[in-house]
Amino acid sequence: MSETNPKFTVTIDGQSVQVDPGTTILNAARMIGGDVPPPAMCYYSSLKGSGGKCRTCLVEVSKGSEKDPRPMPKLVASCSTTVMDGMEVKNKSSEKVIDARAGVVEMLLINHPLDCPVCDQAGECHLQDLAYEHGKSNTRYEFERRTFDKVDIGEYIKLHMTRCILCYRCVYVANQLTEQREHGVLKRGDAAEIGTYIEKSLKNEFIGNVIDVCPVGALTDKTFRFRSRVWYTKPMDAHRECKCCSGKAVVWMIGDEIARVTARKDQYGEVKEFICNECRFEKKGKADWTIEGPRHIDRSSVISANHYEVDAPEHTPLLNKA
Amino acid sequence: MDRKLLLEHIGVEGIHTHDVYRKNGGYKAVEKALKSMSPDDVVEEVKKSGLRGRGGAGFPTGMKWSFIAKPEGVPRHLLCNADESEPGTFKDRYLMEKIPHLLIEGMILSSYALGCNQSYIYIRGEYMFVLQILEKAIAEAYANGWLGKNIKGSGFDLDLAVSTGAGAYICGEETALIESLEGKRGNPRIKPPFPAVKGLWDRPTVVNNVETIAAVVPIVNDGGGAYAQIGLGRSTGTKLISASGNVNNPGVYEITLGLSVEEFIYSDQYLGGIKNGKKLKACVPGGSSVPILPHYLVCKTATGEDRLMTYESLSEGGFATGSMLGSGGFIVYDEDQCIVRNTWNFTRFYHHESCGQCSPCREGTGWMEKVLHRLEYGHGKMEDIDLLWDIQRKIEGNTICPLGDAAAWPVAAAIRHFREEFEWHVKEPKLCMTKNYGLVTEKTFETVNG
Repeated sequence: MSETNPKFTVTIDGQSVQVDPGTTILNAARMIGGDVPPPAMCYYSSLKGSGGKCRTCLVEVSKGSEKDPRPMPKLVASCSTTVMDGMEVKNKSSEKVIDARAGVVEMLLINHPLDCPVCDQAGECHLQDLAYEHGKSNTRYEFERRTFDKVDIGEYIKLHMTRCILCYRCVYVANQLTEQREHGVLKRGDAAEIGTYIEKSLKNEFIGNVIDVCPVGALTDKTFRFRSRVWYTKPMDAHRECKCCSGKAVVWMIGDEIARVTARKDQYGEVKEFICNECRFEKKGKADWTIEGPRHIDRSSVISANHYEVDAPEHTPLLNKA
Repeated sequence: MDRKLLLEHIGVEGIHTHDVYRKNGGYKAVEKALKSMSPDDVVEEVKKSGLRGRGGAGFPTGMKWSFIAKPEGVPRHLLCNADESEPGTFKDRYLMEKIPHLLIEGMILSSYALGCNQSYIYIRGEYMFVLQILEKAIAEAYANGWLGKNIKGSGFDLDLAVSTGAGAYICGEETALIESLEGKRGNPRIKPPFPAVKGLWDRPTVVNNVETIAAVVPIVNDGGGAYAQIGLGRSTGTKLISASGNVNNPGVYEITLGLSVEEFIYSDQYLGGIKNGKKLKACVPGGSSVPILPHYLVCKTATGEDRLMTYESLSEGGFATGSMLGSGGFIVYDEDQCIVRNTWNFTRFYHHESCGQCSPCREGTGWMEKVLHRLEYGHGKMEDIDLLWDIQRKIEGNTICPLGDAAAWPVAAAIRHFREEFEWHVKEPKLCMTKNYGLVTEKTFETVNG
């Protein structure tokens, strides 16, 4: 620790870490790793302005800082609250947090169609993981679930609005990654929906990334739709020469065929290098790609159970599954 | 008799015009401040006055002003929150409609104190007719040299503009207001950063309620000390109360804080008692989002003291037996009103007005509305009451902005105090469609809980 760049010490669930001032609680927790990091459905580290919305990452601050040790009166969103020196945070060790998080999960599920058996996202869905960890087996919601009119947003991307949890990630992607955003959130409250207002297709070069950032099955790949369950496909790291993007991707294979292409995600499901539409949707031949080897999937309920890879690096186990 | 500070000249014919307003002592405060006071002097007077935000939260205005960041070369903004949309609250409308120049004078003084050269009044879209009155008044103020460049030779410039909302309650939340003013979707921002540091166009911004800004005029005229003499304890000055419901004289009243609730409801000078000689059943003292009080807790606190119209006395006993002064939307219910229906109606409002940004509020408000609708129409179950309690508990405090709390509190208070009425709706599904429950039985302090 140098004097010019003092570090803050923060303790989360009894584990301490030293971080730069300005780091959020969530990112500090991710530095500790293990099962300390709270789940995040809307926060996406590479998207500016994301976070704070889904409320699944709520944590209890039991000690504000060394200077002002008072606890914070309310639970705070760990993705948008920065650490203070000497802060003590309770995530899984707080009953209040677990209770509130279960409440948020319940809220997210009451209007979700739960059509997992026919949803392409099943197996790599963060809402599935979250419901598995925090949800209940029955629902207390006894009313008709909200539905939306189907909107066609083009030949590559399928929008299934009833599954949307309004994390706004796709809006930020379009804002920050593409030349012009063509979709956004319309209406308000529980009638709010992702849409283009006047029906038109999304066709920016990088717009395919909305599929990767979507935590649920609201935005899926039309070129892969209903072709296979993800856990029957083999994820392989692959790359190709591309003029537009890094060309580093994951190809998901069925036998010798490439069923779909996605960007590479880290253990929190976040893409570090976004890929272009051409790589994603149009390069499905084996000759298009140089295959590097099996992809290790860190976090996800079903696909991480694949046995294709050898010498798996150490990874983060999910709760309930050591 | 109450001292009238804001509505003193309200009865004067033509007070909405500049000339009549000026003749009745208008713009004297601006003259005084620009001539003999520095901006810091004005802030100091407001601090001394003990004025607290009149929009609902009751945060000390002087303190709020002193938080504003003052980085070199960055313009600052004052925004007037005229997005008055809380059910039961209509005081700002009355003030802007009747005496618009008071608000403009307050805006000039406050902008001067904060060093803002461009200020805005953000008014709700439904107040289109008030917008016209304000715009006319602003044009008059420009014509008479109270706005524009070098006001009355003081070297202080101020431009004032009115901007309208498009019909969203959420835009009364200060950061949503800022987003809306910037031309974006009115979603509340995640705080921090607070508007005092990064507000409108990322510049330091103060957002104040109409009545708060208007109150700066008498504070500058008479001095902060004189203002602090009025009222009781930390609740200084006067407050506009918009009274509605089953009373003989509903309307907007300017009261001195410290008046007893009993006098306010029953005195002929004010509300004149419950209409048609009925009995008082309940009262919402500060707009739809504050907890409802049952008849036995309206005029007396749980400890038996007189309940007064002050920030402190109305919240005496916390949420278990108290409520809040809030925005001053005073709603009175007689014995013929149904609390379940009322709660459903409020919740329907919050469901409709939720911005949909964060999950607990987006999903929870709709859920509560559906359950309450079921209870009200005789299809409810006993478990629904506990379910409602659990839903509101999971919304409260877990949302980005206070709309979640505002939706949860009325439901919590209704169940806390009127549980037997909810149960009666379940037990008597047919009867509850034709008859009302009447007064609830008095509970002692210990048994009053969820």
